[in-house]
This record gives sequence, structure tokens and C-alpha cells, in this order.
Amino acid sequence: MNNTSDTAHNEAREPAVLSRSAAETQALVERSLRRRYRAEQRFQAYGMAAVLSGVVFVIFLFGTILLQGISVFQQSYVKLEIFYDPEVIDPTGERDPDVLVTANYQPLVRDALRERFPEVSGRRATRELYRILSSAASLDLQQRVVANPLLIGQRETRWVLVDDNVDMLLKGKVDRDAPEDARRLSDEQVAWIDELEAAGVLKLRFNRSFFSNGDSRDPEQAGVRGALTGSLLTLLITLLLSFPIGVGAAVYLEEFAPRNRLTDIIEVNINNLAAVPSIVFGLLGLAVFIGFFGMPRSAPLVGGLVLTLLTLPTIIIASRAALKAVPPSIREAALGMGASRLQMVGHHVLPLALPGMLTGAIIGMARALGESAPLLMIGMVAFIVDVPQGVMDPSTALPVQVFLWSDLPERGFVERTSGAIIVLLLFLLVMNATAVVLRNKFEKRW
Amino acid sequence: MSSAALPVPQGIKTVGTVTVAEPVFSCRDVNVYYGDKHAIKGVNIDIARKQVLAMIGPSGCGKSTFLRCLNRMNDTILGARVEGQIALEGQDIHEKRQDVVQLRARVGMVFQKPNPFPKSIYENVAYGPRIHGLAADRGELDDIVNSSLRRAGLWEEVKDRLNQPGTSLSGGQQQRLCIARTIAVNPEVILMDEPCSALDPIATARIEDLIDELRESYAICIVTHSMQQAARVSQRTAYFHLGDLVEVGETDKIFTNPRAKLTEDYITGRFG
Ligand SMILES: Nc1ncnc2c1ncn2[C@@H]1O[C@H](COP(=O)(O)OP(=O)(O)O)[C@@H](O)[C@H]1O
Ligand SMILES: [Mg+2]
Repeated sequence: MNNTSDTAHNEAREPAVLSRSAAETQALVERSLRRRYRAEQRFQAYGMAAVLSGVVFVIFLFGTILLQGISVFQQSYVKLEIFYDPEVIDPTGERDPDVLVTANYQPLVRDALRERFPEVSGRRATRELYRILSSAASLDLQQRVVANPLLIGQRETRWVLVDDNVDMLLKGKVDRDAPEDARRLSDEQVAWIDELEAAGVLKLRFNRSFFSNGDSRDPEQAGVRGALTGSLLTLLITLLLSFPIGVGAAVYLEEFAPRNRLTDIIEVNINNLAAVPSIVFGLLGLAVFIGFFGMPRSAPLVGGLVLTLLTLPTIIIASRAALKAVPPSIREAALGMGASRLQMVGHHVLPLALPGMLTGAIIGMARALGESAPLLMIGMVAFIVDVPQGVMDPSTALPVQVFLWSDLPERGFVERTSGAIIVLLLFLLVMNATAVVLRNKFEKRW
Repeated sequence: MSSAALPVPQGIKTVGTVTVAEPVFSCRDVNVYYGDKHAIKGVNIDIARKQVLAMIGPSGCGKSTFLRCLNRMNDTILGARVEGQIALEGQDIHEKRQDVVQLRARVGMVFQKPNPFPKSIYENVAYGPRIHGLAADRGELDDIVNSSLRRAGLWEEVKDRLNQPGTSLSGGQQQRLCIARTIAVNPEVILMDEPCSALDPIATARIEDLIDELRESYAICIVTHSMQQAARVSQRTAYFHLGDLVEVGETDKIFTNPRAKLTEDYITGRFG
């Protein structure tokens, strides 16, 4: 009885499906097909919208930075005929290097400018005139004379740095039509500037000092060299420490360490460390490296150590993932040949995992390059004019420099802030490009 | 070095003669556990010189597990535990003084899926001699590579492209490269775990011919799921079932006249 009802049930159901003609089935399939295609198109559209909005944001971000910062690569200079007056530089005529270094070169520039405007007289007017010049204008002359004392007594045409207010005027960032007392330049000064410009002796030239100077209180003098060198030294320390230590730790944990409670705890903690806010690492560095070990403040060495702590978890996690991704068949092959564990890792696993490890290192280094919070904690935020010569010298870093400049009121620092960001991004780009080249070199596809 | 077979424990269930005269390997009461899972249950078997031993049985019966005991590849598996005596030339391979690296130089292995190193053909074959320090100089290494490739029947096909990656070869060639790599260290035993299961019939036939030639120099253990292959290449056959070694005997006899019921069912295709 049971049997018959079963058969009946089957018979009742089967024909419903099987009795359809091929054309009917086709039509059904086609309908579902259309639905599937629509779903796929919808999904692709969402994806493209997401990518597009991302691209728009990036373009907006880079666009504004570039627009604001591009002008920093030019700087206004005035062409003056300088007379290296022995009376001013070296009254005793002994050519004593100490005297040459400490001499006041400012009168040379001022006199040269005065020569161009013989009609200007009176204390107030001449002071106004001198304010066209940068207070650092004479620095260049000092360097030239110290390098070559034979210049004394000679005449020479030089492009001399002008004040940042003049620079802003030339770059069109000052409103000429504003009332005089709302401007930082008087009508008189604007007239002189226009005259110099018309004569072709005041113009924008490539701003080399932005790349060769350290920080300064004068915007026209301030450069990124100090911060760039600081970042470079800091990252060098970070890379030298975090890559070997990170890869070593990953290899040990992944390939050699026994699986027990201790290694589980270590694993969990490494993952947690990767999520710790960077400023905490700064505090740790302050307490341990500076407080306990007595290392100098503001030094790239300490910065590098702190950033090493910061990047280590990233590198370890990425390296372990890279090691895990090496096919087990390669390990079996090596072990089956009688390779020791170390040989297996060294000869076969590491070469295959290296590209992935490099990627991890680069992500870590890129993060380290952009970090400013932990560096603030260890004093790399000080105002430092000198370009650091070594890892123990006081220094800042690029992101900190951006932070410092963004806080200053002068208009010249606004473009310098963006300029420093551009340099930072270029640095990042170069670093990543190097990494990609390295990775492709190691990633020999067999 | 001569070695007598170890004594066989009383009352074993295996049908047929598990011992041979002067065995290379002598395994007694071997048990393997993966955690709680008892994968090999008290297996006793000897492995003879210059002979091919085929291991057959339904999948999951423990053929690979047993094979991997012989070069201690199970050591690398987390939670795997091997018990019992496995003597290579009379010496227990689990003894303290037996170095596992040295053991694997003496007992080579060819895997189911061809797994050449992602290096050149030359480097693949030269790797073993190099790490074991078998060649005094580059010339000698060249000779080893050359003769190993010849014996693996691969020389004619690759002699002009030794510097190309081993992974650029076809599947069958890759497997012969793996065999060349294994014989380059001059092992005493070669273990093969379903070496042809990923290959087409022509490549399979070449490997089978090769196994027949290699038998003149080495003891060979081959796991296979193909009874025809076992019949073609082996002189002795062991039939495993759910971790038990059910029957061992000369291949001709096993296939024509199995004595155990389980063996007969398997061979006649009642399950597998
Ligand atoms: N790494 C492992 N961990 C746990 N169980 C395993 C492992 N390898 C094999 N086994 C189990 O051991 C038994 C024997 O496996 P295996 O030796 O691979 O069989 P065969 O090679 O005969 O197909 C199977 O039941 C399998 O599930
Ligand atoms: Mg198997």
C-alpha cells in the first residue's frame, strides 16, 4: 500500500517537469538568465560608483594640495649688483675666516638696492625700502665670500632673496585693491616692487632653498631639507630594525615554534599590538628609550625605534600570511628530499614568501612615514633650523613639519605646508615604486 | 649490511606471508593515530630489496599514512603519532641516533601531485646532492644531474633546457623530474604515493616502465588505486582495509587467487 502511494506520488510529480517542451524550458532558462545578468550589471554599477567616488575624493584632495602647494617650487628673487665692500666685510684686510663668517653682509645688499632707487631718502623711506629684502638675503653672500675670499673688492650680479610678502604679491596671493592698512605692503613698496618687476630684475625663479634649507621663522627661507633628512634617517632605522626582526619573528612563529598556549598568547598579542593607537607607542618610547635608556630627545634614532615598535606587528602579520601562502607541496618536497627544517625554509619557503613580506614591509613603512603622533611624544616636534647630520642630531620629520607649518599665520607657510605634503607624497611614491620594483624582481614566476 | 627480519608477533590477522628474506624494511606492530583516530592498526610487513611492493585498498584505508611512516614524514603532521617498530636495515628509524634528515636521504619519496621546486630543472635534480654534500665539485654535480635525468628517462627531453623552470614541464615530465630528483641522492628505498594519479595514460605508461627499470637498483613501495597498475609493476602486493593490513602476497597470486574475503571483494570490484 505504501509502495503504491509512493509510485503514484512520483508519477504525479514527474510529468510536470518532464512534459515541458524544449522551447518552454528554454524560455524559462532565458528568463532566469536575464535576471542573473541584471543582478550582475547592478552589482558592477555599485562597484563602479564606489570606485568613482573614491577617485573623485582622491582627485579633490590631491588637486587642492597641488593647487596650494605648487607655487612653493618658485620663489621671488631680485637681481642686484653687489659690491663686496672690503670696508664692510673685512676692515682690517687680514682675510681672517672667523671675521669673514661673523661679518655683517646686510649693508651690501641694502646698498645695492639703494643704488637702484637713488631718489629714496630719509630714515623711514629707506627702512621701508629695505623691507622688500628678506632678512636672510645676505646669507648667500656670506657663504660665497667664505668659500671664495677673492671676491672681496669685486662686483657681482646676484639674484637675492626678497621678503615673503613681496613673494606673495608676485604670486598674486595679495589683493592689490585692498586698503593700504589691510595689506602687509605699503603703496610705496608696491610701487617699488612694480618698478623692479617691470625692469625684469624682480621675478620668480626655481626655489632651490626649499630643498636645501631647514626650518626657519621666515617663510621665504624655510625649507624641507631638515624634515626630509629627519624622515629619511628615521625610516632607515625603522627599516633596518623592523624588517629583519619582523621576518625573523614570523619565520620562527610560523615554521619552528611549537603550538602551545604561550605561542597562542603571543599570536593574540601581536594582533592586538597592530591595533594599538600610535600615540601609545610614542609614550612607550618616551618612557623606555628616553626616560630609561637616556637617549637624546628629538633624535631620529629614537623616532626609528618607536616606529619600529609600531610597524613590527604589521610586518609580522603580513610575513606570516606570506609564509602560510607557500604551498605545502613545496615543503613536503623539500623535507622529502632530506632538507632540514632550516634548509626547507631558507631554500624554498622564504624565496616564495619574500614578495609578500616586502609588501607587508612597505605597508608598514608607509604608515611609519606618515606618523606624527608618536614623534610628537619624543620631542621630534621642536623648532630645528639645522639639517640633521646623523641619527643622534635633533630633527623633525615631514609629517611633523606639515603639522608645525600649518599652525603658522604667514601666508608663505600656507604654501609651504602644501609643499611639504607634496614632498611627503612624492617620498611615499618613490618608496612604493622601489618596493614594487624589488617585489617584481623577487617574484620570479616559475 | 645484512639484516634478518624481526620476529612476527603471534596471532596476527594478516593473511599471507608478511616476511621476506633479508628485508630492507621490517615493520612490526605499527600503529598510527591522528589525534584519537586510529589510522593504522598493528601492521606487520617486510619490504624486500630490488622489488616493487604495491599497496592497494579503498581510499582512506591508510595506504598513504603507512607509506609516510617509512620516511617519518608523519613527523611533520601535527597530532600524528606513530607506534611500533620500523627497522631499516635492522635499525629502528625511531631511535634517537637515527637522524631524520639522513633517513630521508636513504628513503626517497615521490608524491601524488608532481611537486618540482620552483627552480630550474638542473637545480631541482642538483638540490639533494648539494644539501647532502654528495658532489665534490661542479663537474661531479653535472654528472649526477645528467645520469639521474637519464635514469628517469627525461634527459633527451630536457637536455637543451636545463636552465628552464621545472614547473614549465608537462605533468608527466614533472613527475619524472621528481623521480630524477629522488634518485639523485642514491637512496636505498623509493616511496611513491599514487605517482600516476594526476597523469594521462601515456605519461602513466612511461612512469610504469621507469619503475620497472628502477626496480633493478632500488626497493620500491608504490601506493596505487589502480589494480591494473599494481598488477603491471609490482611483484608483491599488500591489501589495506580500514587501517588493517588484510593480505600480503605475490602479486600474481593475490590477483588471481586472493585468500581473504575482503581482498577478493575489492579485486572483483565489489567496492573500492
Ligand atoms: N593529517 C591528517 N589528520 C587527520 N586524519 C588524517 C590525516 N591524514 C589522513 N587522515 C585520516 O587517516 C585515514 C587514512 O588516510 P590516508 O592514509 O590518506 O588514506 P589513503 O591514502 O589510503 O587514501 C583517513 O581516514 C584519513 O581521513
Ligand atoms: Mg592517499
